[in-house]
Amino acid sequence: MSKEKILEKSFLLIALSSISILALIAFFIFQQGIPLMWKVGLNSFLLGDRWFPSKESFGIFPMIVGSFWVTLGSLIVGVPLGMACAVFLSELTHPTIAMILRPMIQLLAAIPSVIYGFWGLIVLVPLIRDSLGGPGLSILAGSLVLGIMILPTIISISEDSLRALPRTYKEGAFSLGATHWQTIWRVLLPAARSGIVASIILGMGRAIGETMAMIMILGNATQLPNSILSSARTLTTNIGIEMGYASGDHRQALFATGVVLFFIIMGLNSLALILSRKGRA
Amino acid sequence: MEIIRRSRWVCWIGLLILAALLSSCQRQHGGLSVVGSTSVEPFAEALAEDYMSHHRGEKIFVQGGGSSAGIQAVRTGAANVGMSSRNLMDGEKDLIAVPIIYDAIAVIVHRDNPLNDLTLNQIRKIFSAEITRWSELGGRNHSITLVTREEGSGTREAFQKLIMEKNEISLSALVQDSNGAIRQVVADDRNAIGYISLGLVNDRVKALKIDGIEANVENIQHHRYNIVRPFLFIFKSHPQGLAKDFLEYILSPEGQKLLIQEGLISMNPTPDSKKEARR
Repeated sequence: MSKEKILEKSFLLIALSSISILALIAFFIFQQGIPLMWKVGLNSFLLGDRWFPSKESFGIFPMIVGSFWVTLGSLIVGVPLGMACAVFLSELTHPTIAMILRPMIQLLAAIPSVIYGFWGLIVLVPLIRDSLGGPGLSILAGSLVLGIMILPTIISISEDSLRALPRTYKEGAFSLGATHWQTIWRVLLPAARSGIVASIILGMGRAIGETMAMIMILGNATQLPNSILSSARTLTTNIGIEMGYASGDHRQALFATGVVLFFIIMGLNSLALILSRKGRA
Repeated sequence: MEIIRRSRWVCWIGLLILAALLSSCQRQHGGLSVVGSTSVEPFAEALAEDYMSHHRGEKIFVQGGGSSAGIQAVRTGAANVGMSSRNLMDGEKDLIAVPIIYDAIAVIVHRDNPLNDLTLNQIRKIFSAEITRWSELGGRNHSITLVTREEGSGTREAFQKLIMEKNEISLSALVQDSNGAIRQVVADDRNAIGYISLGLVNDRVKALKIDGIEANVENIQHHRYNIVRPFLFIFKSHPQGLAKDFLEYILSPEGQKLLIQEGLISMNPTPDSKKEARR
């Protein structure tokens, strides 16, 4: 076998090993989680609103709703900010300034989530508690922090897709007499739509998956949240906060929560993939 | 086809590596592994450290993971000793539980809260959300923020059993996953009420009197303050060798003194615990 062949094979081996680890993890989650879903019944597991594992009631509906609201909130915060930032970097500012700003934004992604959580707990939570009332540990605080955490994803992917547009789009719009703003709003953003949507969906995936910061900020109550000032629990924090003491059915219920999360994330990522492919075609 | 065959190979290699890693983790030659409750863990660590400084050559490994995990580990033989901050459940009675020390649970509020004293019944009603405003108890006109531990926690279980009885802790309660986190939330929120180990109460929060009785060592030892739970060491069979020696050290005046310094409460051993220890 030639040297090149050997190298090729070894790289294939390495690539496959990472896939097989993924498969092993998935297998384990399903093997642990599915039996409980079966035992409790899919309906009462997904739609039950009482989570008392010590009393055999396993309803994760409040967590699904919690994940939904926190994610939606983070998008409301993160998407306008992220889009504005992406447009600014790709269109409105001098390339040198963009070159300085870009790594700083990447740095946002490098900050560990526990730091975001700590910041939220020390700064945002007391602010919300004192000015708006409630416990402060709330969906609002969680959404604000998550909104900032998903910014790097949204900005960098949207900016890439804006910069990847052919120059002719811009030149054509200008030659028709459009102002710079009209060009951005009417031509460039619609043309880069698929990339932008993909960036939002990837940001959503990040928001749904975030655990540590949310354990610290959301308050983790298992009620159905009734306002943005009330505490909530997401699917991920449900696993994170209870895994230490869980045993038996309780432990399996946490794996079952993982199964639900698995499907949601898979769905979102496939959607992002499909949309970004469609854009390229 | 070839890819599938190769991937199977890779799977096997990966599994072998995993198995090797796992088995090397478990093999701790000649040491005593103590696993379980995160409430007991810091105290067990202090005890192990002290014990090892007097017995050179002996090794004691202390690890958290939770009461249930510890009990499970003792049963499967993965650990020699389990630590539990909750009593054994019906299915676990085949194991031997030895109370090593007692821990009281204090109900805490923000230090600026004007209330100092609540009845057991009032606390029960607060945590089951029948009473939702401080003004109903003579305090400020604000809604009460409940803070509780997560399901499965030994502290929560003890609180449920000793205070809540059949009532459920309200779903609207904030849930924090450690004593320290509860203390932090209560210290920051003027309207909060929570419960933690008495040993961890500091001047940032205020421990309430319950039915007029303050949570202090004297009241606890005289069985006046009764929100007390044992910290248990769990054994699969009668402890022997290093496990027995370590247990004897913990129950000796020297070990007990160390635990009392850490804020726990030594009881005159009740007939019950003596019997357990002898069994």
